[in-house]
Amino acid sequence: MSYVPGQPVTAVVQRIEIHKLRQGDNLILGFSIGGGIDQDPTQNPFSEDKTDKVNGWDMTMVTHDQARKRLTKRNEEVVRLLVTRQSLQKAVQQSMMS
Amino acid sequence: MDTESTYSGYSHYSGHSKKAHRQGSRDRHKSPRSKDGSRSEKSVTIQAPPAEPLLGNDASRTEEGQDDNWGETTTAITGTSEHSISQEDIARISKDLEDSVGLDCKRYLGLTVASVLGLLVFLTPVVFILLPQILWRDALEPCGTVCEGLFISVAFKLLILLIGTWALFFRQPRADIPRVFVFRALLLVLIFLFVFSYWLFYGVRILDSKDTNYQGIVQYAVSLVDALLFIHYLAIVLLELRQLQPVFAVKVVRSTDGESRYYSLGHLSIQRAALVVLENYYRDFTVYNPSLLTASKSRAAKHMAGLKVYNVDGPGNNASGQSRAMIAAAARRRDSSHNELYYEEADHERRVKKRRARLVVAVEEAFTHIKRLQAEEEQKAPGEMMDPREAAQAIFPSMARALQKYLRTTRQQQYHSMESILQHLAFCITNNMTPKAFLERYLSAGPTLQYDRDRWFSKQWTLVSEEAVTSGLQDGVVFVLKCLDFSLVVNVKKIPFIKLSEEFIDPKSHKFVLRLQSETSV
Repeated sequence: MSYVPGQPVTAVVQRIEIHKLRQGDNLILGFSIGGGIDQDPTQNPFSEDKTDKVNGWDMTMVTHDQARKRLTKRNEEVVRLLVTRQSLQKAVQQSMMS
Repeated sequence: MDTESTYSGYSHYSGHSKKAHRQGSRDRHKSPRSKDGSRSEKSVTIQAPPAEPLLGNDASRTEEGQDDNWGETTTAITGTSEHSISQEDIARISKDLEDSVGLDCKRYLGLTVASVLGLLVFLTPVVFILLPQILWRDALEPCGTVCEGLFISVAFKLLILLIGTWALFFRQPRADIPRVFVFRALLLVLIFLFVFSYWLFYGVRILDSKDTNYQGIVQYAVSLVDALLFIHYLAIVLLELRQLQPVFAVKVVRSTDGESRYYSLGHLSIQRAALVVLENYYRDFTVYNPSLLTASKSRAAKHMAGLKVYNVDGPGNNASGQSRAMIAAAARRRDSSHNELYYEEADHERRVKKRRARLVVAVEEAFTHIKRLQAEEEQKAPGEMMDPREAAQAIFPSMARALQKYLRTTRQQQYHSMESILQHLAFCITNNMTPKAFLERYLSAGPTLQYDRDRWFSKQWTLVSEEAVTSGLQDGVVFVLKCLDFSLVVNVKKIPFIKLSEEFIDPKSHKFVLRLQSETSV
């Protein structure tokens, strides 16, 4: 997704609801996250799904640590994510063109 | 017999287990070779032989199979073996003699001309000043203070000129060069013309007309001395300063084994460059060792040996066609000589390393037996006190064999006679050197200067050049310095013109940013 910094961005998002699993004393989600505004974007390990919101919290301008904290709150059993994907974007564009 | 008496002395020192083995081998020997003195391990009191005669060792060098080691073989003493001369040496001696006579004459001629001219030049101002006093003293104007001041100045300037000339020109000639030094000759001619013109002027205007202005005459003499000082300055710049700045990089390659070096030279004539190269050759290049070259020659001989060409088409075939056919056939032949070379070299490496290890251990053990006496301990010394030479002779037998074997493996044995080894050992003991410092001379081949003059193989040099030897160095000039056994090929390259530009980096502009990428599993 190319964007000009400072300008509003429009993106197609998908709602995902994940129930956390219980493993020992912790609640885990079962995937890994990478990135954050304090990280080097060229070294992103995953570039498939970009998270926009987690349970209402904005994820577009957070550091890696803040994102981790939002996802792993102890008292929340369910995590609702708004996720954008490149393939999703492309599919919508194609359908709009045809 | 001396073997018995010194036997016990030897057993005092050796502590290794090999002693038993050596005892057995010793009994088989009858008498040591006289040429090398009694160098066997039997005798501790070794009579050092006279320094190896110049020609005597060459006889052993030319014979392949005979080993010139000391202490292992027995040979009867013959009177003629020490004085045999090979054909090569006769040629060499005669060449040395006749060349040295011819060049000396030329050298002395140049020297006498220069010194006569110098003396003349030096006395001229004095003569200029004295002649009017002698010839027409009464008619001269009296010499005032200015004039007398000029006397002092003449005296001191002459003294400075004398010291400067002595410093610059009165030096031992380093070498004989084939042609005359162009710059020096030019300077001599310049001085001669200069002084000649001054004399001419003096003779015509002063002597003939009997000028009475004495101050003018003295000033004339002072101007001559000043001009001589300026010529001396010119001489310094032309002869010494001009070639100090490096302009050429010169590559010198030895033709026999490819050893090469680079040197930086300034603007020199070819013959002077050759002189610099040769002076550095003696210090930088390892000594020329003909016994290291025999292996490659035998390989080359074997390569072409197995082929014969037969003329099937009858007579009249040209020879070049034949030789080309031979070369082509030899190239196509499946040759396993590369295999031989590889295994031979690997084997040789291993052998050298093993012998080196044995040698180092033997020398280290030998050195532990020697202890330097402090001044106070002299009265209560446990054993007898020895000077360095005796100490060297005392510990030499324990390392002699290991050293001899190592030298034989690395084919250096003819460069080190027993006497030279003993001397070196005494020298190292005197200067508190460690075993490693003692061995440094033997473990690797050193420059030619390190060895005895007789072993140099390179004393008479010939300069072979396509350009005139007095012309200056240019980029791409090649000349060869030949001596009897090998030659040095010299290739001249110009040092490139360097374009250097400047860039300023503000120290405050060194700023950095951290690039992270972390991944957490949630």
